[in-house]
Amino acid sequence: MERRALFGGKVLPYSLLLPQFAIVVVFFYVPAVQAVWQSMLMQDAFGISTEFVWFENYTILAANPEYYRTMGTTAVFSVLVAFLSLSSGLLLAVMADKQIKGATIYKTMLIWPYAVAPAVAGVLWLFMFQPSLGMLAKALRSWGIDWNPLLNGNHAMILVVLAATWKQISYNFLFFLAGLAAIPKSVIEAAAIDGARPMRRFWTIVFPLLSPTAFFLLTVNIVYVFFDTFGIIDSVTSGGPAGNTTTMVYKVYADGKLGSDLGGSAAQSVVLMAIVIALTAVQFKFVERRVQY
Amino acid sequence: MASVVLESVRKVYAGGVEAVKGISLTIPDGNFTVLLGPSGCGKSTLLRMIAGLEEISGGTVSIGGRTVNDVEPSERDIAMVFQNYALYPHMSVYDNMAYGLRNRGTPKDEIARRVADAARLLAIEPYLKRKPRALSGGQRQRVAMGRAIVREPAAFLFDEPLSNLDAKLRVQMRLEIRKLHNRLKATSIFVTHDQVEAMTLADQVVVMNGGRIEQVGTPLDIYRAPSSKFVATFIGSPAMNLVSGTVVSSDEVALADGSRLRFDAAIYAPGKGAKVEVGLRPEEAKVESAPGPQLPKLLCDVTEELGATRLLHGTLAGEAFVLALPSDAADPGRTIPVSASPANVHLFDVESGRSLRRSADV
Repeated sequence: MERRALFGGKVLPYSLLLPQFAIVVVFFYVPAVQAVWQSMLMQDAFGISTEFVWFENYTILAANPEYYRTMGTTAVFSVLVAFLSLSSGLLLAVMADKQIKGATIYKTMLIWPYAVAPAVAGVLWLFMFQPSLGMLAKALRSWGIDWNPLLNGNHAMILVVLAATWKQISYNFLFFLAGLAAIPKSVIEAAAIDGARPMRRFWTIVFPLLSPTAFFLLTVNIVYVFFDTFGIIDSVTSGGPAGNTTTMVYKVYADGKLGSDLGGSAAQSVVLMAIVIALTAVQFKFVERRVQY
Repeated sequence: MASVVLESVRKVYAGGVEAVKGISLTIPDGNFTVLLGPSGCGKSTLLRMIAGLEEISGGTVSIGGRTVNDVEPSERDIAMVFQNYALYPHMSVYDNMAYGLRNRGTPKDEIARRVADAARLLAIEPYLKRKPRALSGGQRQRVAMGRAIVREPAAFLFDEPLSNLDAKLRVQMRLEIRKLHNRLKATSIFVTHDQVEAMTLADQVVVMNGGRIEQVGTPLDIYRAPSSKFVATFIGSPAMNLVSGTVVSSDEVALADGSRLRFDAAIYAPGKGAKVEVGLRPEEAKVESAPGPQLPKLLCDVTEELGATRLLHGTLAGEAFVLALPSDAADPGRTIPVSASPANVHLFDVESGRSLRRSADV
């Protein structure tokens, strides 16, 4: 028998919803509508007059080959970061789930990076791999690798991918660990008695049972790589060298803030928003079906 | 099918706690053995050591003549039914049962045949395509059994498999497990804290307490000739009454109030004057119609009506005492003269709690 309290009237439910609703409106819908409005405006070079131009910003964007390059960069960056941070998070969580001495310390240490601000994380990695000062950069050079993320686009990409991944592993680790803890021990034991060796146990029992967690994390990670990695890219490479690490969110900032093309930047942010919404929708439609709840 | 032999098996946990203190036990081929004891007595730990889920700290476990101390659970050729069923939630009933066979590379048609056989045996054929969450507790229990059966293992291990079921279903499944055992004749080890399960299921009951074996025997042995106070009070419901007394002759014991009970001198031979604990089962104590000068008297203060029997609670010779009567018996009043057949009077050592039988291990 399910027992629930019923409250009459509409005042209470609506007033309970109001704070959340207000937050969503003020911080999401209003800026989103503003961005759409902004994306249909165009200013002259001195910012004196503003003209309503319908979709001209979008057509300009569509005709810009550099924008497609940014999309490609974003795709590479996001796939790498999402894959690496999810898989390392999972690997570390599986390891930490084993009963070992000092497991608590190990877990705490792994969670710490999440408390580091993106820009600070970026600066940390920047220092470690700074070609002339960084310890790790020196080590790479001593192994004969001509490490220079300031000049080499691929090196720069590797660096931001590492920094962004490192930052996100903690988060994924934490959720995977919680997901693992939720799997009954006896199910694993039953599988062991049923003749499944550890690797097989992992892929046939543990991983399927973790899939709700993995799905949730995939969604969160996509949002993370598309939006929240801005701080890391800004502090590590500022989108360089030669735009090799300019992702879509960074280009929104670069064109709007640095390039003062507010209309074009707004159009980009609308496109970015549409892509993320589409990706999330696709995930819910297709990936979720395979998820075991 | 195989016998399971334990030789001074010990389990010491990392903190130094000794959960199992040297247990030697033989479970013959095809035997249904129940490990019975209160929680914390080490029975589950012992089972998990046989399964290979706990490391064995000392002694040896062998299954079918092969020492398995260092053998992985998957290689021990055993199947286990868990208390919470431990079904794989993301697999259908069919896949749950087929999983162990697939892991061993059994051919597909063989898997299909075995699963179908087990499903028929357990009457779960209509549910083969369902996920465990769409099944009731009893059905899940059957699937868990089915998963064990299809493997055709050397031994079945049951870890309190009925304790998550409601009372009615538990009785039903208990019976089915016994029927199944009669059919399959597989060596089975069943852990429970429920004495009724132990009595009804077992060929051999192993009563455990504090990491040690108190007594091994058939259910009737354990009931009729408990080897210690612990076994005597653990088996039987309500528990055996214990009253302190002093041996006054070769076949009589005096209670604190001066009343006397006769025991069977052929079974017990305590020294005269020895302080003993006198055990008398509630259902074996008799109500005498007329008070005799030496008959113990039960001063009854509460009556419990159970339908078939009536329990009279009170004090006898100053100690708590329960007497069970058929419900249709006449009301014996408040002061009840009690007697017992000498064969039903048990004597235990006050210090050690061991039975004072001539051959204590009967």
